[in-house]
Amino acid sequence: MLILAIDTSAVASAALVSDDALEGVVANFSTEDTRSHAEVLAPGIAGMLADAGLAGGDIDALVVGVGPGPFTGLRSGIATARTLAFVWGKPLHGLMSLDAIALEVAESTAAAPEFLVVTDARRKEVYWARYSLAEGQLPVLEDGPHVGFAADLPDLPAYGAGAGLYADALRADPDFAGEQPDALYLGQFALARLASGAGLLDSTPLYLRESDAQVPGPRKRAL
Amino acid sequence: MNRTQPLVLGIESSCDETGVGVVRGTTLLANTVSSSMDEHVRFGGVIPEIASRAHLDAFVPTLEQALAEAGATLDDVDAIAVTSGPGLAGALMVGVCAAKALAVATGKPLYAINHLVAHVGVGLLDDRATGKQQALPESLGALLVSGGHTEILRINSITSDVELLGSTIDDAAGEAYDKVARILGLGYPGGPAIDRVARTGNPKAIRFPRGLSQPKYMGTSDEPGKHRYDWSFSGLKTAVARCVEQFEARGEDIPVADIAAAFQEAVVDVISSKAVLACREHGIKDVLLGGGVAANSRLRELTGQRCASAGIRLHVPPLDLCTDNGAMVAALGAQLVMAGAEPSGIGFAPDSSMPVTSVSLQA
Ligand SMILES: [Zn+2]
Repeated sequence: MLILAIDTSAVASAALVSDDALEGVVANFSTEDTRSHAEVLAPGIAGMLADAGLAGGDIDALVVGVGPGPFTGLRSGIATARTLAFVWGKPLHGLMSLDAIALEVAESTAAAPEFLVVTDARRKEVYWARYSLAEGQLPVLEDGPHVGFAADLPDLPAYGAGAGLYADALRADPDFAGEQPDALYLGQFALARLASGAGLLDSTPLYLRESDAQVPGPRKRAL
Repeated sequence: MNRTQPLVLGIESSCDETGVGVVRGTTLLANTVSSSMDEHVRFGGVIPEIASRAHLDAFVPTLEQALAEAGATLDDVDAIAVTSGPGLAGALMVGVCAAKALAVATGKPLYAINHLVAHVGVGLLDDRATGKQQALPESLGALLVSGGHTEILRINSITSDVELLGSTIDDAAGEAYDKVARILGLGYPGGPAIDRVARTGNPKAIRFPRGLSQPKYMGTSDEPGKHRYDWSFSGLKTAVARCVEQFEARGEDIPVADIAAAFQEAVVDVISSKAVLACREHGIKDVLLGGGVAANSRLRELTGQRCASAGIRLHVPPLDLCTDNGAMVAALGAQLVMAGAEPSGIGFAPDSSMPVTSVSLQA
C-alpha cells in the first residue's frame, strides 16, 4: 500500500510511504519555516512524485494532518489533499497532526509511558494532547487535542516545538524541543493503523478556536 | 495546448464567493458560485476567517458542479486559471492551493491571474442572448465597484497592459454601504438594503461630503492633484453617523430613507463624476462597469447619464458576471492562452495586494 501524506499544521511537509519499502519511506520533504506553504507544497509533491517515478494512479490513499495548527497554513494542506484525492479518485483520510510527533517519540529512546505533545498555537498559547505508550505498541491518544496556556498543562514529559518554546513552564525534552509534526510520521502512523484495522479521521480541520469575529453590539445612541 | 479555442477552468476565492467557471475561447460554458454571504450577515460584514473556512469546504463540490454543467472532464481542460490577488490573504490561499493541486494532479498549465483585470475579462465573453462574439474597444476603461474594491482602470491590452488611474484610499464603496446600513439598522448586505430604502427618500434632504473632491486633491487637468481620480469613503461614513446622532440628541425620529438616499447620492455622485473625468482626460470612449455594486440602480443610472453626456459608452455585463465568479477568471485565462502568454508555474504565492500592472504572474 502506497500512501501520500501531507501535513501543514506547522511546517509544510509531504511523504510517500509504503509497507513495501525499507522503513516504509519512499520519499519525503519538509520545510523549515511555517509561512511559505502555498509556495512550496505543490512543487514539493510534484518533485517527489517525479523523482520516485510515480503518478497519481500509483497511490492507494492520501492522508492529511487535520491539525490543530494555525488556520491558513493548515487549510493549505487540506485544500491540496482534498483536490488531489478528488482528481485521482483516491480515498482521503485525516489524522490528528500531533500524532506525528507522538509516533516519533514512541520510536525514540526518550519515550515515557505517559507524555504530552505540544506545538505552538501562537498568541502565547499551545496546542497539546496527552498520550500513553505501552511497549511495542502505537501511542494511544488519551486526551486532546486542546488549545491553552502552557502553565495549565498536566505535569508530564513534554515533546514538540511548543514544549521547547515554553521550557520554563513544561518538562520539555531537549531532543524534541524544536520538533514539528511531519508528514513522514503521519504517513507511517496511518499505515500502521490501517494495517491493524483501526480507523482514521476524515479531513475536517480541527480548528479548536472559533473565528475571531465578534457580533457587533447595538449601536450606542447619542444622549 | 490548444491556443485557438482553449478550454479553461477558472477558480476564484478572493473574498466570500467560491467560484469555478469554464470557458471555451470566449464562450461561457459554466459559472458555478457558492457564497458564504449568509454566514457573514450577523457580523455585518465579511469575516475573512469565516470566508476561508467556507472556501475550503465549498471548493471540490463547486468544481464538480461546474464540470458537470460544462459537460467537460478535467482531461478536456487545456489550462487552469486562478485568482492570485488582490483579495483576502487567507481566502486567496485556499483557491491557490486547490488550483496548484489541480495542476499537479492533471499536469495542466496554471495561470495566476489578477482579480481586478478578470472583472474586465467578462466583457470579452460572447453575448449570451445572441451568441455573438464581442471585441474590447480600443480605448477601454473599467469602473470596478464592490465590497472589496473601487477602481478605475485603463485597459490598453487586457493580456499585457493595464493601468490603475484611480482607486479608493480607504474603504471600498460596498464596505461603506455595509457600514452605513448598520448605522441605519438596515441589515447586511448594505448595498441592496440602502438602494431599496433610498427610493422612498429625498436625496437632497441632507448634503453629505464627497471625499477628495476639494481643489487641493483635484488639481487641474494640466497639473492633476495627488488624488484627482481617487475616492475616500471613510469620512462619509463618519458624517452619516454624526447626522444620525444629531437627530437622536434632539429626540427626533431618524429620517432613515432620506439619509439612505442622501448617502447613496453622495457615493454615486463622486464615483461617477471622477470616473467620467478620468475617462475624458485619458481619451477613453468605452467604460465597462464591474463588481457587485454594479447592481445598484442609482449607480447605473447616474453613471449612464454622465457617460452619455460625455460621449462615453457604458457597458454593463449581466449581473451574475459582475459579482465575483470563476467565469471571469476563466475568461481572462483564455485570453492569456490565446495571446500566447506563458503559464505561471506552481511556485508562486498569492498576493493580497497584487497590482493591476501584473495581469498574470510570470513563472
Ligand atoms: Zn471583485
